[in-house]
Amino acid sequence: MSSLSEEVDMLRRVPLFAQIEPSKLKLLAFTSERLAFDENQDVFRQGDEGDAAYVIMQGSADVVVNTPKGETVVAVLSDNAFIGEIAILCDVPRTATIRAKSDLQTLKIKKEDFLGLVKEFPDMAIEVMRELAARLGKTTAELSQVRQQLSAKGS
Amino acid sequence: MDTSLFKYIWRYTKAQQIWILTIILISMVPYFLALDLPKRIVNGPIQGQGFEGEGATQPFLPVAFDVPSWISSSGTITLFEGFHLGQLPYLVCLCATFLAFVCINGLFKYYINTFKGRLGERMLRRLRYQLLDRILRFPSSYFRRIKAPEAATMIKDEVEPLGGFIGDMLVQPVFLGGQAITAMVFIMVQDVWLGTIAGSIVLAQAFLIPRLRRQLLVLGKRRQLTARALAGRVGEIVDGINNVHTNDTSNWERADLASRLGTIFAIRYELFQRKFFIKFLNNFLAQLTPFMFYLVGGYLAITGNLDIGQLVAVIAAYKDLPGPVSELIAYDQQRLDVQIKYSQVIEQFQPENMMEPELQAPPVGPVPAITQGYAASRVGVVDDAGTKLLESATFKLAPGEQVAAVGTVNSGAETMADVLARLTAPTSGSVNLEGENLEDLHESFTGRRTAYVGPDIYLPQTSFRDALFYGLKHQPVRERPAELSDPKERAWEVAEAALAGNTDLDIKAEWLDFETLGTEDPNAADEVARQILDVVDLRQDVFDLGLRGQVDPEKDPELAEKFLEARKALRQRLEDPALSKLVELFEPKSYSLQASVGENLLFGTASGPTFERDKLVGNAYMRSVLNGCGLDQAFFDMGTKIAATATELFKDLPPEHPFFERLSFMTSEEIPEYEAALARAASQTVEDAAPSDQEMFMRLPFDYVEPQHRFGLLDDEMKNKLLEARTAFREGLPGEHSEAIAFYDPEVYNPAASLQDNILLGRVTYGVAEGAEKVRQVIHEVLDELELRDEVFQVGLNFNVGNGGKRLNVSQRQKLSLARALIKKPDILIVNRALTALDSRTQKKIIERVLERSNGQNGSDPFGIFWVLQAPRFAEEFQRVLVFDKGALAEDDTPANLLKQDGHYKALVSSA
Repeated sequence: MSSLSEEVDMLRRVPLFAQIEPSKLKLLAFTSERLAFDENQDVFRQGDEGDAAYVIMQGSADVVVNTPKGETVVAVLSDNAFIGEIAILCDVPRTATIRAKSDLQTLKIKKEDFLGLVKEFPDMAIEVMRELAARLGKTTAELSQVRQQLSAKGS
Repeated sequence: MDTSLFKYIWRYTKAQQIWILTIILISMVPYFLALDLPKRIVNGPIQGQGFEGEGATQPFLPVAFDVPSWISSSGTITLFEGFHLGQLPYLVCLCATFLAFVCINGLFKYYINTFKGRLGERMLRRLRYQLLDRILRFPSSYFRRIKAPEAATMIKDEVEPLGGFIGDMLVQPVFLGGQAITAMVFIMVQDVWLGTIAGSIVLAQAFLIPRLRRQLLVLGKRRQLTARALAGRVGEIVDGINNVHTNDTSNWERADLASRLGTIFAIRYELFQRKFFIKFLNNFLAQLTPFMFYLVGGYLAITGNLDIGQLVAVIAAYKDLPGPVSELIAYDQQRLDVQIKYSQVIEQFQPENMMEPELQAPPVGPVPAITQGYAASRVGVVDDAGTKLLESATFKLAPGEQVAAVGTVNSGAETMADVLARLTAPTSGSVNLEGENLEDLHESFTGRRTAYVGPDIYLPQTSFRDALFYGLKHQPVRERPAELSDPKERAWEVAEAALAGNTDLDIKAEWLDFETLGTEDPNAADEVARQILDVVDLRQDVFDLGLRGQVDPEKDPELAEKFLEARKALRQRLEDPALSKLVELFEPKSYSLQASVGENLLFGTASGPTFERDKLVGNAYMRSVLNGCGLDQAFFDMGTKIAATATELFKDLPPEHPFFERLSFMTSEEIPEYEAALARAASQTVEDAAPSDQEMFMRLPFDYVEPQHRFGLLDDEMKNKLLEARTAFREGLPGEHSEAIAFYDPEVYNPAASLQDNILLGRVTYGVAEGAEKVRQVIHEVLDELELRDEVFQVGLNFNVGNGGKRLNVSQRQKLSLARALIKKPDILIVNRALTALDSRTQKKIIERVLERSNGQNGSDPFGIFWVLQAPRFAEEFQRVLVFDKGALAEDDTPANLLKQDGHYKALVSSA
């Protein structure tokens, strides 16, 4: 049977939480819920309202996007992946469907719990900002790379 | 009703009052004979008077009369000489006679007292019934003035003292007066002067005391009114308790109550003072007479104007005078008191415009259907305050017509609906139904052929089924069922009801109007209920109530057996590995991780306060079991671990943080206390710890659920120990607690648990996505497979709706009252803003279904509708729309035509 300390270990391996004090992570783990999904069960669906984020504890999941041609798997996530955080940080509908690829163990962090913790511990807010900024930097770099490739093709 | 209590009682109990008086007079004969006997026993056989000679005898039971000498020369006529008996047999016979008199007198007394008691109680029953009957006939406007608890207190408490008085009403004054006059006459005969003294003091009493008492009566009246007002206030506070809390006015209410109680105290205190002063004066006057006797009589005796024997006789006779006189005074006091109580109550029960009793009498034969409909002609309504609610409304309502009434709030549409439903009387103009004035129609006609659903719903505390069928219980349709039918008992009930002027309609008879319902079979009736509940969107609710409801396996063993089968079927299904992980079934021999430690120990449903969750740690028996199983230290350690983790997790959070809601173990205020206790406990075993610390820590494990809290505190050893404790708890349960818990047993239906818990007998596993939803689905599949849905629905119909229906939510109550109106199959349905608590989508759905029914679709009988709509846009579904504006009927046409005009309707629809 899993216990809180196991989950704290897990959380620490999530980049977003890596720098956060273990005691805060323990509180986050305590307020979260362990949730298991069967193979092919949807964790959430594209277009749904986002009420929680999930950390994958065990197993892997497909990121599925609806396209005019039907569903397309755009990525596969596995251990320590943090999913659905965009929808809980800014109120947008889910941008993709997450579907369990195998039996999936997750830790469900509710939106108000996550925001509550961030509000209470500014250190954590800074960590989240730092992580998101890093991601933004990475995405921007990727975007400019794509643009260059496009303009190279176009010319 | 008579304003004088005396007249009222006399009207109904004349014969009985005279009868009891006669009986009492007759009872005087053996009473006085018995008084004489002891003297004769002592003087005769014991002292030997008349037995002087050897073998002397005396006649026993001679029958002889003294007569004047012109009839018989000896002065007596002897009819029977009596038995001549010797001294000893004579003693025995006299003693036996004495015993016989004791018995006879006792029996007389017994008969008289029960007769008087019964007379009083019957009269009380009659009075209460008449008061209640009047309430049922009050005009509805009168209820704005009368408070329910005040009416209850009047009928129940204020008339109560009348019962004790009624039996004595005639007897008491005749008797006491007789005794007093006899004593008076005797004194008069002995000596006129002394008689005059005694008489004048009695007159003084009779003059003074009632005058002093006048104030007492005024106070009594005030006491009654303040007590009644207090009952009214208590009722208001109970009904409006939410307002008290949401406005923080509890102290205002306290002050109001305290002031009322203070007033009552002051009144009562003054009453006591005056009462005891009057008593003092009365006693003083009574003692004044002997004083005068001794003084005046002594003087007369000394001067030789009165012989001493006379004086002694007068004084002895006077002994008998004050008793009856003061009792007479007390009687008069009581008479006035109950007279006041009576008139104070009666005053409230004489409103004008009460409905004639004939209009409510159960009709003979079938009630005709509405064929012509309503005709309202220049109807106007003005309320108490002079506000015009409705002005000059004229229209006709044909049977079968679907009419919507729209308008802003208080536009007059609501008032019109109330007028049609006969709840508000028009102040001008008239409403006819079937060509007759609405007010003159028999209530059985309007109450059965029309149905009304208003914005205020009141449900008495009954089962859901009884609430639904309420509108079908107009009069008994059949004698009470055979198993309830004891002809003797019923005959007694009827006779007693007649003697007290009550109705003899039988509440235990079958009242359900089967003809309207269309079936006599209870199962078919449930089917009708299902159809109606479908119309108002309430069927699923009832089914869910059924799943949450209880079945008593003793009363309904077959039903319990069926649900046990459902449990078995569910367990079979759960053997499928995909499903088995969803549920952890309760097994006596294994620890249930998904349940708390406390639940594992109890392994049953508490059916009372003894083993409630919060009380487990304080329960002496539970503690003795833990102690006996050597779990004290383990519980203490587990508690300290939980406390340590919890305080560590939460110590940095501000006390108002919402996370504390997740921490079921302790509140934020308790965290410092636990920190201090943890410091103390670090070096302590459970024996060393103070009892308060023991309690603090040992309380925590009871609520611990491993998969929920995940502190990792339950190893196999601990689980085994807890299982041992579970067995010990069950086996050693003292007899006094045997009713306090129903243990889980896979083979037995648990009467204390809900239907759903019984079918499942386990817990939905934590942390499985959509687990609860899937389990619910499987349970429904099982119920479908075993065809038990109807049974669950039945259990739902048995659900107790609670005081005022408050165990249902507002929208359920509104739906239920619409269903109740539909089940009556009215010719015209009047709905007055009755679905306000429903969202507009559901409202629309329900309106459409009711309109379908009203068209006679799906085999229902067609009926007409007058519906005051919440949202004007729903009116387009109706055949005709009445638009009310500022109390007047502004427009009356089809919705399509109205939309073409630039009128009120178009404005209402487009603004919504």
